[in-house]
Amino acid sequence: MSEEFKIEIVNPEKSFLVKEDVLEVVVPAFEGEMGILKDHISIISFLKPGIIKILSKSGDENYYVEDGIVEFKNNNLSILTSSIFNLTDLDKSKQQELLKLAEEEAGKPDINDQSKYLVDQKIEVLRSLN
Amino acid sequence: MASLDDLKKRIASVKSTQKITKAMKMVAAAKLRRAQESAEKGRPYSEKMNNIILNLSSGISDKENASKLLSGSGNDKVHLCVVMTSDRGLCGGFNSNIIKKAKTYFAKLAEDGKELKIITVGSKGNDQLKRAYGDKIITNISFKESKHANYFDAEKVGKMVIEKFGAEEFDVCTIFYNKFKNVITQIPQAQQIIPLNVENSEEDKSEDSYEFEPDEDEILSNLLPKNISTQIFKAMLENSASEQGSRMSAMDNATRNAGEMVDKLTIEYNRSRQAAITKELIEIISGAESL
Repeated sequence: MSEEFKIEIVNPEKSFLVKEDVLEVVVPAFEGEMGILKDHISIISFLKPGIIKILSKSGDENYYVEDGIVEFKNNNLSILTSSIFNLTDLDKSKQQELLKLAEEEAGKPDINDQSKYLVDQKIEVLRSLN
Repeated sequence: MASLDDLKKRIASVKSTQKITKAMKMVAAAKLRRAQESAEKGRPYSEKMNNIILNLSSGISDKENASKLLSGSGNDKVHLCVVMTSDRGLCGGFNSNIIKKAKTYFAKLAEDGKELKIITVGSKGNDQLKRAYGDKIITNISFKESKHANYFDAEKVGKMVIEKFGAEEFDVCTIFYNKFKNVITQIPQAQQIIPLNVENSEEDKSEDSYEFEPDEDEILSNLLPKNISTQIFKAMLENSASEQGSRMSAMDNATRNAGEMVDKLTIEYNRSRQAAITKELIEIISGAESL
């Protein structure tokens, strides 16, 4: 029996990635990393800033996301996100830029706990990439 | 009767106008293709978003405590209307159609004794609404600098709407935009985004129970603000495709009309030239006869 399922990543501008031969996806869900295999139960969850790892027959891919929603249903994984970057395209200067933005936001005095948590996550992930 | 010289000048001027409208049509056609493409590419996102919300809201247990964005503030007093138009003119009935739609809605609101607040997106709508509803307009946003509709801009509008809702400045929010059907037809739309209209479409009611992480309420309260930006973004994409389509057909018409006008003027020019020659001949002949 095949162990593959379909993944679709969409951002507001376009359908970012569609793959049919995915074996496993690890997403940075809000309450911790989550690995999704075929025939996972239907689930809806949030993403926090982190790395999406896609393991497929045609090679592995890593993406950096800042936010998003995952929905898994009938062996279809949909990820909706407004900011996603392929790690291979994410060069140092872009990383620094994102990091600077995040640090700026973390420094705001009126930030609430939840967004503070998310921004801290973002900074941590971005630093670990370097 | 206009002199030959005048006619000549008019023909030249109509011809140069025709050149301009033709060029504008070409530009609009090129832009339309891009705008249409991005409108189509943007659809999956908003559709998926809608689906998830639909699934979520049908699964939610107590509707009472659900997010206000879904259930409304409980009142129906103050209406906020976001009227989305273009920043440039010369696009046929594009802006007027949205404004017309919006104005009928405003009139109905006034009849029902509701309070009205307006946010205009795009300077053309602001220009047209300023006269009649100037005191109702709270903000005007314009994205003249950005070449294409982008999500970042939509998010700005979305955040502003949510902020105002949080401050209880309004109860119901409706957005007005043109939905792109094809190059000739754009349908002005009024879409209510707060509180969200969850149509109970029976399709896809497979009733799979989802697992939620964290729980439904938290996901919903996180998702709904995003949905608003998404809807606004969708409206912006549709609008920009509609604008180019509308401009293209308007300019096409203008070019054709200019062509007709040139033909008519040319005939008139030729006639009066002939008349002038005949007149001169008659003068010469009758002059010769009288000798």
